[in-house]
Amino acid sequence: MTRDEIKDVILEIIEDIDEEADFANLDAEAPLRDQLDLDSMDFLDIVMELRKRYKLQIPEEEYPQLASLASCVNYLEPKLKDV
Amino acid sequence: MQYTPLDKVQPQYDVVVIGSGLGGMTCANRLAEAGHTVLLLEHHVQLGGLATWFKRGGHIFDVSLHGFPYGMVKTCKKYWGRAIRDSIIQLQHIVFDNPQFSLTTTFSKDDFIRILQERFGVSQTVVSEFFATVDAMNFYDDQRLTTRELFAQFFPGRSDIHRLLMEPITYANGSTLDEPAITYGIVFSNFMNRGVFTFEGGTDKLIGLMAAELLNKGVDICTGARVERILVEDGVTRGVVVKGREIKATAVISNAGITNTIDNLVGPEQFAADFLGRFSKVQVNNSSCQVYFGIRKGESIGNIGDLLFTSTAAEFSSEEMRRMDTKSRTFSVYYPKTRPQAPPDYTIVASMNADYDDWAKLSPEAYRLAKEAMIERCFDDLERYVPGVRAKVDTIESATPRTFHRYTLHTKGTSFGTKFEGLDISRSLHKQIDGLFHVGSVGIIMSGWLGAINYGVIVANDVDSYLRS
Repeated sequence: MTRDEIKDVILEIIEDIDEEADFANLDAEAPLRDQLDLDSMDFLDIVMELRKRYKLQIPEEEYPQLASLASCVNYLEPKLKDV
Repeated sequence: MQYTPLDKVQPQYDVVVIGSGLGGMTCANRLAEAGHTVLLLEHHVQLGGLATWFKRGGHIFDVSLHGFPYGMVKTCKKYWGRAIRDSIIQLQHIVFDNPQFSLTTTFSKDDFIRILQERFGVSQTVVSEFFATVDAMNFYDDQRLTTRELFAQFFPGRSDIHRLLMEPITYANGSTLDEPAITYGIVFSNFMNRGVFTFEGGTDKLIGLMAAELLNKGVDICTGARVERILVEDGVTRGVVVKGREIKATAVISNAGITNTIDNLVGPEQFAADFLGRFSKVQVNNSSCQVYFGIRKGESIGNIGDLLFTSTAAEFSSEEMRRMDTKSRTFSVYYPKTRPQAPPDYTIVASMNADYDDWAKLSPEAYRLAKEAMIERCFDDLERYVPGVRAKVDTIESATPRTFHRYTLHTKGTSFGTKFEGLDISRSLHKQIDGLFHVGSVGIIMSGWLGAINYGVIVANDVDSYLRS
């Protein structure tokens, strides 16, 4: 997957979690939590969805890598390169 | 509902869930949605665990519906769907009545900020700092500060404020002032978010919708099925034995109490010594007593509030609150609005904290007399809010720690799982035995309806990870 495709997947998963999420002014470098109404349970949902879709195992200690959209893409890019 | 008789269940599942409390049901729902085959086993005839109800004298009595935080709206929408979410409504009138103060509140942050300043004369700075402190608490923060110390820091010598802040939480999860302050901060902040909410339609509707959702996702549900053993071979979970029948499973999730799970279902011999050492320090929380009053059809009661925290004890004391003759109790008042589709019904549920040992040791005659005395004390207190209530009541029932033990099988009938140290044991079970997981009230913070459902989601994620590894 390309970086853009990964970004779209993340946004799609977030939209499933919260259909009212507004991505218009999203700063890719800033924490998602501060910009969208996401809590720690929502991040767990993202982890579970990524596992379901791509058999991707994200260890708990690496959850912080999902903090911002940019860090998500950086973290997932090598893991999803063959998808 | 089309449940599966035990002799018709499959010989093997990806996941067997033992117990249908809100945590167990949520695990089953999440894992079925993720594509795994799931069997849900419940020893009782009814699903829900302590999220339960019963019918008596033409009334429906809700056992633990009292009120939950706003977080349930988002949690239910995400993990159980819109129909369940859409039935969540706010309770507007939370009443405190004790020798130190009497007031009505929405039990929300805005209202508490106002009350602490106007009624209790606390400066805005102190109130803001207190809320900033509790709002920022996380379960992985330092546990050494106790709630007593937290209160002493912000409101020294103000036993009235300590009561306002603590009494509802002691009823909600059995905690005391000597618990880690983080457990207080997390639970209190959850409630303060927007106030107290309930499920319109009652517990029976909620559990009915959840059961329908589980069946819809292909979960096999089997009631009246008490699990005898969890099978473990060479440190790996193999399945369960229920009524002498072996059912294989890759993962087993116990929604029984954590103490029952280790002591009875698995057996301590399957665990490492250091784990058992930590486990031996786990304390279970207290149990409860309840008295249920049904108001005769055609009678009504005025709006006295939805949830009343009442006491005639001079000051707050969690020890006093657990005494058999406690002067402290909540009244959960269920008006016809609770079940708008049903014929008008008023019920009142008095709840008290209680210690199992006080009740367990009584002879049959002493037990009967103790229950009668408890009912009389509740009537006396209720009379202050509903004059002439004795003449309006046509149905009375009562429950003690023995009752809670009988229906939940929990060690010492605990209503709120374990103290804080139980969380680590529950979370690390699968590190001891592959494929063995626990969900249920532990550590004070994973308690109550919201805590139980959210913990179900967390554990379902662990189990999904295990099944896909």
